[in-house]
Amino acid sequence: MEFLGITLPSYGWPTIAGSAISGVFLGSIYALVALGLTLIYGVLHIINFAHGALLMLAMYAVYFLWSTFGIDPYLAMLIVVPGGFFFGYGLQRFVIGKASHGRDEIILLVTLGVSIVIENAALFFFSATERSVRVPYDLDGIDLGVTWAVYPELAALGGSFLITLALWVFMSRTDTGKAIRAVAKERQGAQLMGINVEHIFAVTFGIGVACVAAAASLLVPTYAVHPQIGSLFVLIAFTVVVLGGMGSFVGALVGGFLIGITEQLGRLYLGESLGVITISVIFILVLLFRPTGLFGAKS
Amino acid sequence: MGPLRVSRKWRAAMLKLKNLQAGYGQMKVLHGVDLTISDGEIVALLGSNGAGKSTLNNNLSGVYKPTGGQILFEGQDITGMRSESVVDLGIVQVPEGRRIFPNMSIRENLELGSYRRGKERRTENIDKVVAIFPRLKERFGQLAGTLSGGEQQMLAIGRAMMSEPRLLILDEPSLGLSPLLVEEMFSLIQSLNKEGLSIFLVEQNVMQSLEIADRAYVMENGSVVLSGAAADLIDDPDLKKSYLGL
Ligand SMILES: Nc1ncnc2c1ncn2[C@@H]1O[C@H](COP(=O)(O)OP(=O)(O)OP(=O)(O)O)[C@@H](O)[C@H]1O
Ligand SMILES: [Mg+2]
Repeated sequence: MEFLGITLPSYGWPTIAGSAISGVFLGSIYALVALGLTLIYGVLHIINFAHGALLMLAMYAVYFLWSTFGIDPYLAMLIVVPGGFFFGYGLQRFVIGKASHGRDEIILLVTLGVSIVIENAALFFFSATERSVRVPYDLDGIDLGVTWAVYPELAALGGSFLITLALWVFMSRTDTGKAIRAVAKERQGAQLMGINVEHIFAVTFGIGVACVAAAASLLVPTYAVHPQIGSLFVLIAFTVVVLGGMGSFVGALVGGFLIGITEQLGRLYLGESLGVITISVIFILVLLFRPTGLFGAKS
Repeated sequence: MGPLRVSRKWRAAMLKLKNLQAGYGQMKVLHGVDLTISDGEIVALLGSNGAGKSTLNNNLSGVYKPTGGQILFEGQDITGMRSESVVDLGIVQVPEGRRIFPNMSIRENLELGSYRRGKERRTENIDKVVAIFPRLKERFGQLAGTLSGGEQQMLAIGRAMMSEPRLLILDEPSLGLSPLLVEEMFSLIQSLNKEGLSIFLVEQNVMQSLEIADRAYVMENGSVVLSGAAADLIDDPDLKKSYLGL
């Protein structure tokens, strides 16, 4: 087989399936990061440029909870997810919202500014050194037949699934969830019903950051932490959001898995560095044929 | 009708605007409006496009902050109060263009109408609203954005009713409705009023509004140019001159 003049290696079906399955695991984390991004976009109508930096910050939090207090990275979720929510709430309500005076183009710049501050602070305080958590079970796992899935991979998939489900129930069943959906489409109508729009914005931002914090917990057992790790993930998450359709929940999930699988198969066939471009290729193809993304509303 | 109208004049003032000024940034829109709504009244605010009617409503509802003057509700100064607190007091606006939640079902739209009231009397109030608007009941699970214009207006009013208002502000409720529906809308407003709800009716539909209103104000370029009992205004030559350009 040839692709762009490169002779592709031929693999047996178990290798391909194994690669695809590990793409599913990776994709579930992408989905989680993208879910926060797409939620914030859907309600505040801005791209949160600080998303990656916040992911990095949350990963450091998980790392230090482990290295200082010996807290298991998964258990750390109980701390970093609420912590992430309150941090995100405060960040939106008292920094981003206050500094931007409701003007979208300024919000964008403020989130960019926040991300630069966080990344440089991380570089200053934590240095560029990669840090990894070692959990005793990180190489154990179960046999899926075609491939072997380690516990961190299974936790990523299971954790993402549960968090998405919880978020869906929250958005469709609670008053606050409904208010978020209302504010997303009709700010002034919501305000006239007595919904505090600034509060809802901040709650939304908080949930977005909480998703990122959950993703951080799920990532740390398999990914080393360094100040640049956020940019790597957020670029992919942004691709997922556009691919799935801006603001679409289902789109973030399907997009996450699609990108995860594509990336792993790309790696398998084209190697570590070239494999990643398959994401961009898929991205451009989708935008050519479906500019609103896979699940985006046609406007 | 006569004695009733006279007795209403003696009711306590519910809402009082004193020299209310408002605008957008540098642009002044309201140049000192004085207006009173008494408990149990229907008060109409008439005026052509751009007169500042919606600006007045949104300054009342806390969407924008007035730049001068005072808003008093039952004696309490509520000038510049946040929207949540305004709704808590029982002042609810059905905005121009309805502003329903198009991506949500009719049930969810109604539920959010009682966002500030909580779940306590929610089911009860939904029952009351669908008794007034049976058409909403038939489409309970349907997305609000798929409703017809008339149905959306009913939903917008129903949603506002869910917050158990005492003063209902209606911004051009007849806009875009067929003549038959306009008729229906005005008699609905009348029957809501008969149940004790005070109504501030912002309209361009002059004659029909005056027929159901107790009193009316006519606004031009951000100032009240004419006011009085609706029955008197119907025959007022000044109204015809200033508003209808006759
Ligand atoms: N959000 C806004 N920002 C800036 N200017 C506004 C805004 N809303 C209204 N205006 C301006 O304020 C003036 C009064 O508008 P307003 O909407 O209050 O008039 P109106 O009486 O409600 O008119 P209509 O009958 O057409 O609804 C207009 O000149 C309008 O252009
Ligand atoms: Mg108007």
